[in-house]
Amino acid sequence: MSTPQETPAGKHHAPPVGNGRSGVPLVRLVNAGKRYGAVIALHDINMEVSAGEVTCVLGDNGAGKSTLIKIIAGLHEPSTGTYEVEGTPVHFSSPREALERGIATVYQDLAVVALMPVWRNFFLGNEVRKGPRIDIGAMKKMCKDELLAMGIDLRDVDQPIGTLSGGERQCVAISRAVHFGAKVLILDEPTAALGVKQSGVVLKYIVQARERGLGVIFITHNPHHAYPVGDRFLLLNRGASIGNYEKNQVTRDELTGLMAGGTELEQLSHELESAGGAVADLGRSMEADVEELGISQHPTATESDAR
Amino acid sequence: MTQTAEAPVAPPPRADERIGRKSPLARMLARPEAGAIAGAIVIYIFFFIIAPPFRNASSFSSVLYVTSTYGLMATPVALLMIGGEFDLSAGVAVTSASLTASLFSYEFTTNAWVGVLVALAVALFIGFLNGWIVVKTGIPSFLVTLGTFFMLQGLNIALTQTITNQVSSPDIATLQGFNSARQVFSASWTIGGVNIRTSVVYWIVFVIIATWILLRTYIGNWIFSVGGNAPAARAVGVPVGRMKIGLFMAVGFMAWFTGMHTLFLFNTIQSGQGIGNEFVYIIAAVVGGCLLTGGYGSAVGAAIGALIFGMVNQGIVYAGWNPDWFQFFVGALLLGAILLNTYIRRRAEASI
Repeated sequence: MSTPQETPAGKHHAPPVGNGRSGVPLVRLVNAGKRYGAVIALHDINMEVSAGEVTCVLGDNGAGKSTLIKIIAGLHEPSTGTYEVEGTPVHFSSPREALERGIATVYQDLAVVALMPVWRNFFLGNEVRKGPRIDIGAMKKMCKDELLAMGIDLRDVDQPIGTLSGGERQCVAISRAVHFGAKVLILDEPTAALGVKQSGVVLKYIVQARERGLGVIFITHNPHHAYPVGDRFLLLNRGASIGNYEKNQVTRDELTGLMAGGTELEQLSHELESAGGAVADLGRSMEADVEELGISQHPTATESDAR
Repeated sequence: MTQTAEAPVAPPPRADERIGRKSPLARMLARPEAGAIAGAIVIYIFFFIIAPPFRNASSFSSVLYVTSTYGLMATPVALLMIGGEFDLSAGVAVTSASLTASLFSYEFTTNAWVGVLVALAVALFIGFLNGWIVVKTGIPSFLVTLGTFFMLQGLNIALTQTITNQVSSPDIATLQGFNSARQVFSASWTIGGVNIRTSVVYWIVFVIIATWILLRTYIGNWIFSVGGNAPAARAVGVPVGRMKIGLFMAVGFMAWFTGMHTLFLFNTIQSGQGIGNEFVYIIAAVVGGCLLTGGYGSAVGAAIGALIFGMVNQGIVYAGWNPDWFQFFVGALLLGAILLNTYIRRRAEASI
């Protein structure tokens, strides 16, 4: 194992970089773009997240959210533009490097090993070691305590993590990242597969992480989840930004409208109407919705342009 | 851990009311090797009743010996299976190792130990090659090692034929270092009229080491994670590729060790032997509770799986049956074990 594992001692609860907003954003993308050969996956994106702040990235399937995550998480380098961490440009060549700078990603589906106990999952890759041995007692206790600190009261940290509910699993993954000194949390659709109540639980932990002084990048396609917890909102469509708002610049309905892709919906409703029959009825009701939401055009030109 | 002071709620030392009381039996049944233990007891009682010679200590020592020859290999094969991969070349790799040691030291008239070391290098290389191809190409290990299985089998037979003009390796008992190597790999003692071979001791030691690695070291944690969910393991920084290659090399190492045992016990090796043993190792691991898809299992389970195999192997002889029935029994055992394991695992998971 040539990469020496850092022992977790000393990494615990890395002090938040500043209380609330400090001047320098933890993570900042300036005019970042990504091309895969001839395919432009992401184009001219500006975003930032500071300590104690939640930046929501909203977009439909294929909007470029995953590519954006991959850039921030260190899996890909942006082909254009710059990526700064705490004010200095970085060139990550692996997620490990991003992790060392305190940027942790919690993926939607590959967060945990289902058959392994909760505590083994919690410390996977960061085991508390005494030589080659692991300190099982200490790890179980730390795992239980850390989960309690995030307000998760587990029955038994020895149960396979696959027996937890989806929301609980997300929460374990999030508190694991917090425990190991993450300054920035990237959450990839943490609420996508969850029911209403469990989504609420996850949103609670997002707020809790923010309170602890972390910067959170919350990727979702659900504006109803994003709006209550977010401080900034970046909207993506077809690999480009269609809006970058602070919370006071946008309402939830506007966010919903933008997400639904106002103009595209309008177009779709016209197409449906011209099809005739029952389909046309659908088209007409859709058009009515579009008008009601007031999203036939982009909302007021409050787009905060690139700093 | 002084930093944990910030945890606002001190966990009260009460038992959690949501955990129902688990009986010791239920706890034991939740272990991966539970089915194998139950099966071993049933089979032991079965042969104890129908085959009087089976009751002697000396015949049980030969059961243990047969068990150890399979159990040595079943141990790393189980680890590899927990790590999510297969090795079909494991059976013939044992023969490749013995042939390498024997032919090298005989043809170059070196000390037997030189051949032993060359064989170690070759066996580790076979493991490395298997692992490297699997990791680099992402082709299922079933196919990769099926390929190396046939290649090794062909090499074993063809090279032996070319070098010695025979189907077996020459007798190396006269070589320098042979006796000391035999002392190390294939000694036996008689204690109270019962013959005990070192391979049994080695087997038990390796099972203990493997169990310790699996449950008490970070390497074990990584093995489970690599087999259970490789992308998740990679995401938290576990070197998935190196772990898998390492596991294949562990199989190579044990193929070398087992091969040396066989070589220094018999002095000479049939070039075609070992074929089919790979299935025995896999069966022992599966009977012992290893999940075919990886991420779950135990080394102790594989040891008990090998013991079941050894008991049936010898029990049939002691019962005076036609040994032709052996394979039928092995197949039935495998099916029975899989059904039992599936049932137990479902119950264990439901009772959590």
